[in-house]
Amino acid sequence: MNPRRRQRLFAVSGILVLLSAGLGAMLYALNENVDLFYTPSQLVDGLGDDKEKPVVGQRLRIGGMVVAGSVRRDEYSLKVSFDLVDTGPIVTVHYDGILPDLFREGQGIVAQGTLLDATTIQATEVLAKHDENYMPPEVAEAMKGIKHVPPSKAYPVGTP
Amino acid sequence: MIAELGHLALCFALVLSLLLTVFPLYGSYRGAAGPVLLARPIALLLFLLTSVAFGALCYSFWANDFTVLNVASNSNSLLPWYYRMTAVWGSHEGSMLLWVLMLSGWTAAVALLSNSLPLILQGRILGVLGFVNVGFYAFILLMSSPFERTLPFFPVDGRDLNPLLQDFGMIVHPPLLYMGYVGFAVSFAFAIAALLGGRFDANWARWARPWTLAAWLFLTLGIMLGSWWAYLELGWGGWWFWDPVENASLMPWLVGTALIHSLAVTEKRGTFKSWTVLLAIAAFSLSLLGAFLVRSGVLVSVHSFATDPSRGLFLLFFLLVVVGGSLLLYGLRMRAVRSQARYQLFSREVLLWGNNVFLLTATLVVFLGTLYPLFHKELGLGSISIGEPFFNSIFMYLTIPFALLLGLAPWVRWKQQQVQPLLKPLGLWLVGALVLAVGVLSMYQTPSANVALLGLLLGAWVTMATIGEIQQKAVQLGGVPGLFKLQASHWGMVLGHLGFAMLVIGIAMTKTFSVEKDVRMKIGDSVELNGYTFMLTDVYTLNGPNYGGQAAELEVFKQGERVTHLHAEKRFYHVTQSVMTEAAVHARLSRDLYVALGEELSGPSWALRVYVKPYVRWIWLGSILMSLGGLVSLLDKRYRRKRNPTAAQTGEETHA
Repeated sequence: MNPRRRQRLFAVSGILVLLSAGLGAMLYALNENVDLFYTPSQLVDGLGDDKEKPVVGQRLRIGGMVVAGSVRRDEYSLKVSFDLVDTGPIVTVHYDGILPDLFREGQGIVAQGTLLDATTIQATEVLAKHDENYMPPEVAEAMKGIKHVPPSKAYPVGTP
Repeated sequence: MIAELGHLALCFALVLSLLLTVFPLYGSYRGAAGPVLLARPIALLLFLLTSVAFGALCYSFWANDFTVLNVASNSNSLLPWYYRMTAVWGSHEGSMLLWVLMLSGWTAAVALLSNSLPLILQGRILGVLGFVNVGFYAFILLMSSPFERTLPFFPVDGRDLNPLLQDFGMIVHPPLLYMGYVGFAVSFAFAIAALLGGRFDANWARWARPWTLAAWLFLTLGIMLGSWWAYLELGWGGWWFWDPVENASLMPWLVGTALIHSLAVTEKRGTFKSWTVLLAIAAFSLSLLGAFLVRSGVLVSVHSFATDPSRGLFLLFFLLVVVGGSLLLYGLRMRAVRSQARYQLFSREVLLWGNNVFLLTATLVVFLGTLYPLFHKELGLGSISIGEPFFNSIFMYLTIPFALLLGLAPWVRWKQQQVQPLLKPLGLWLVGALVLAVGVLSMYQTPSANVALLGLLLGAWVTMATIGEIQQKAVQLGGVPGLFKLQASHWGMVLGHLGFAMLVIGIAMTKTFSVEKDVRMKIGDSVELNGYTFMLTDVYTLNGPNYGGQAAELEVFKQGERVTHLHAEKRFYHVTQSVMTEAAVHARLSRDLYVALGEELSGPSWALRVYVKPYVRWIWLGSILMSLGGLVSLLDKRYRRKRNPTAAQTGEETHA
């Protein structure tokens, strides 16, 4: 093997090693940062065929409809908690911060956070889409057959 | 009547784009000049007809013609005229019309400005562009006509434009972004035309380069404006969310950036040819992928339009035709694309190759992160989302070697470079960068801020190395006056690199030193953040043309001295029944003060979000500087030189 070829072989194998290391690191990072999505009933009963339940402290996303009358605000701070529901069990979400513009009771929302205990979540972020009829697609799937009433119809204009 | 005229114009445009595909391709295949010469008037007429269609839709919006479905669903008689005009591209149908307007505009521009190209190549380029046009005109006519009527039962008033879109950003962001997306169709056409002919030479790269630069600079500006708009309008003070649709625009940008560098090698050294061709194909394919992701409804995001699976299917089919067809062609013609140039391991070619590797890795990261949740769900493994930390950490690790290479590459010669002569000057500049970065950071008195130090160091290194390279050039060319001899494209590179340095510094500083506080305030309350005192002085009811809501007035003090007055709004749009946050921003080069008004709580008190964001402006200024670099390169004299007939015939011999 002449020196020129040897040099080339080194360069190419070096690049290949770097590439595979990079790809491996990337896939590892991807798996570390995956947040599973749950609906309230999936959170309580478990997800998928194995009925796998999340562990306390796990980062996750939860999506459901805000139960009417369940929003409780702290008197002096921005702490707030509310209940979420889809087809059965109710899950409580705690949050400290400003709720999005379209957060209303009866509206579908998605919250990102960590699991505190079996049915409680500390949210770091609450998302509501800019559409009063919005329901997270996953929730819509879980609630097949259940009629969703847009907030503007549920609370006629003029009522507090 | 006017709307039907628009529809008719689009039908004619579809026919013309078919002709534009057939005539010049046939002409260049048979070597006949006649059909090729027809391409120019066809392309111009195509643009004219599309303008007529676009004008017709504009008129319908202007005249509040609610018998047109698109106007009825996206406008309202209370909407001010300038937002009525921007509502033209506020919906899927209207934005597709803007898309084809841009596409036919680029096609007409190529037809007008390609005089210096050999006739056969002109024919091929315009033919390929014609084919791309056919796809989009068919799409708009078959599945998303903006001219559908609501007759006979038309509404008295429209459903109003989504309040999110009632902003200055909407006026400039989509047109610039689409100019960029669609512009890559021209690079794509150049690549395919060259593959069809099997000829790649320095001339080809010199022709393709300014078009690619133009598309890239529009895309840069478009993305930057989108980021700035989200910062203001979404009310959360973020400037990049790794939202699937943002990612869809970032992917062609990353590949486009790789492409302009690879094209530079192809032009200067006649090598990297197949690489360049593949990048050109990839950039346009990713633009199409972006269109597919946004318009098919497979992804949920702020940007997604009303969903319709058949649209997605059409775009997916078109994407497959484009990618499959061009890769097949590439496979058939691969031999013709072989490069012969030789270069050593330490040479500018290899460093630019490194640039491409990192940019493509970044693209792959974005691609995986955007599409992984989609596959995960389709495979029945449950819904997931990819957290922001994934993108942030990987991009940080990629930026480190990328920025180090970036500072080094302009110093290194083509073909071969000895390490020894570079060590001393570059070492000095590196020390300079280190001193600068540590010096700036010591002003903040937080030595633990690693990311900020890293960002500052990399930014300072790129800046110093770029300035150093100019200084070296000045020495070589005999003092400062010698710098006027440097080509415009060299200055473009310098500006682009300085812009990148600014961007990196901005991101690192904002990420590290931003402070944010959600507070509950009564009138007269004040809150302190990073040395600034924000005092809520008043909250009152708003009365806009098509919205109500509340406005808050704040006074900001620093060490007892009044800094500024802030005015934040929370608007309630009557027609769409939706709430919008209009944040108050006080911008300076070194920091932004940012206040968003939240909901009214018992008391009466209000929830307020208060931010101090250092150096956030640098992100956008850096992007502007980068696109300015693109513009300066574009204006280089050598791209406007008239054709040298002998050179065009034989192809310049640049192989070493």
